[in-house]
Amino acid sequence: MALIALALRSLWNRRTTAALTVAAIAISVTLLLSVENLRAAARDGFAKTLSGADLIVGARSGPINLLLYSVFRIGDATANVTWESYQKIAKHPDVDWSIPISLGDSHRGFRVMGTSLDYFAHYRFAGDQILQFAQGRPWSDLYDAVLGADVAAQLHYAVGDPIVLAHGIGNVSFAQHKDKPFRVAGILRRTGTPVDRTVHVSLQAITAIHLDWQSGMQALPGARVSAEEARHRDLTPDSITAFILGMKSKVMVFVMQRAVNEYREEPLLAIIPGVALQQLWSLVGIADQALMLIAAFVVLAGLLGMLTAILTSLNERRREMAILRSVGAPPRDIFLLLILEAGVLALFGVLFGTALAYLLLAIAQPMLIDRFGIFVHISMLRPADLAILVAIVVASLGIGAIPAWRAYRNSLADGLTIRV
Amino acid sequence: MTSQAIELDDVHFAWPRSAPVLTIPRFTVAQGESVFLKGASGSGKSTLLGLIGGVLKQAHGSIRVLGTSMLDLRGARRDAFRAAHIGFIFQMFNLLPFLSVLDNVTLTARFSRERAARAGGDLGGEARRLLAELGLSDPRLLMRPVTELSIGQQQRVAAARALLGRPDLLIADEPTSALDADTRLGFLDMLRRECDGAGTTLLFVSHDTALAGSFDRTVSMSEINRAESVRSWP
Repeated sequence: MALIALALRSLWNRRTTAALTVAAIAISVTLLLSVENLRAAARDGFAKTLSGADLIVGARSGPINLLLYSVFRIGDATANVTWESYQKIAKHPDVDWSIPISLGDSHRGFRVMGTSLDYFAHYRFAGDQILQFAQGRPWSDLYDAVLGADVAAQLHYAVGDPIVLAHGIGNVSFAQHKDKPFRVAGILRRTGTPVDRTVHVSLQAITAIHLDWQSGMQALPGARVSAEEARHRDLTPDSITAFILGMKSKVMVFVMQRAVNEYREEPLLAIIPGVALQQLWSLVGIADQALMLIAAFVVLAGLLGMLTAILTSLNERRREMAILRSVGAPPRDIFLLLILEAGVLALFGVLFGTALAYLLLAIAQPMLIDRFGIFVHISMLRPADLAILVAIVVASLGIGAIPAWRAYRNSLADGLTIRV
Repeated sequence: MTSQAIELDDVHFAWPRSAPVLTIPRFTVAQGESVFLKGASGSGKSTLLGLIGGVLKQAHGSIRVLGTSMLDLRGARRDAFRAAHIGFIFQMFNLLPFLSVLDNVTLTARFSRERAARAGGDLGGEARRLLAELGLSDPRLLMRPVTELSIGQQQRVAAARALLGRPDLLIADEPTSALDADTRLGFLDMLRRECDGAGTTLLFVSHDTALAGSFDRTVSMSEINRAESVRSWP
């Protein structure tokens, strides 16, 4: 009988203790992998959400706040940017392209973003990828909408379906723009960014649905503007929430940033996305590291639990070891037997822990996107994850050497005196 | 190979910080001989068997088994020698509770190629034959964990394990203590038959002096052990 078979049968004989030990290791592995995955997903997600943009401009607040609400749809703007200021800056000779962003409405829990067609031409994510359509095309009518992949998938929309936008950004809104329904003109391919959870409409559409709204309330029936009437009105917006700029030359980024920050007409803030992201990381970095440290200590606690379980059982199993020696198992095999036992416990712990981590991430995935805009891409284990798991198994073998050495040292006669 | 299977000269053994348990000037058992070793409780019988079987080692003097000095063999070599040449029926059976009857019987042969070779190619078949000889032939019983067997059945499993692979020396420490009178005689017959067939030397320890007639020679511990601490025993 191979040693591994003996180790497995011996463990099966103590299955309750073994199961608890495996559970302790599995939970610690789940925690470690989940934290590591969330950390990586948050970083990857944030880093890949916006590429190629040189500046983000919004009303003066904090750089991180501006980054979060304009790109990641987290939080709200404190003030708007006037259309005149946007036009003035966007038409500056050094500016290559600009994307206006108007936020504030929603559709069944998904944010609505008013923008221009330049969004589909210039918005870049995950390196240098542009937005692509899975179905349909960009809007051609005032009341056309383009949906992100998650919006379409979760609400089961197809091109041509009607949708009604709601005033405000709550999940449930009582103030809806029912008089001006939209039609789905296109559905974007999945990007793994907040774009997937956004309903895109034109800036003019945003103006149109708010023509007869004042102070967050729709006008009384006599003063309302119908959908058709709105088409003939001037739909130039008064203000937008923020805008993204691409400069003709990278050299001009800092010059433009300074110019915007010193803009006299209204208080504006221009941020370089990468720099703001770094500020965000330095802010969350401490919590990030603390979380990893806690997870590492939980793994250590799991392994120490295993050591305790094996050491405790060793006293009861002195006879088992002695019997094996008496039938010819050399001390080396006894040593290996206990090392194997520790390895088997850790391996099962790692396997169950990994499976549990994937299960939890799959369950948490929609909530993480919904609440924090973090898209956790569930894929094969990354090299870093594999390295952690291998390290846990190796550490368990090292820890298993302690009881193994004790068993190795125990004399043969030591355990041959008790009845089965 | 020497003609003596067991040869003890001037052997002294004492547990740590205790008076000597064994002081044996000389004790020999010839190859192929069957010896009935009797002695009162505490007379050092199990200690002597432990020394001969290489289970105990902290002794002075010379203990040669099948021409090999047991006290000179180090840990793993002694284990390998025991597995290859000695079948040991322990007083407490020493079966592994998480293995089936069949796996317990074949365990020694799994660790010793020599024993496996002598058992023939089919370890399971040989184990079944020995168990059947010992009255354990129910196939369902053989696959059950050994802990589900009665004490008497466990003792027979321990005997089958010791006999598998026809060891050169069989050491039996009170192997009939848990058997009823009828089974005991049948067991003894079978043991003698197996040992005679394989040319195995048998060292058999028991309180039951009625069994002594089945052996070539009877030795009393009081004849060979001169240790003061145990001489006062009746």
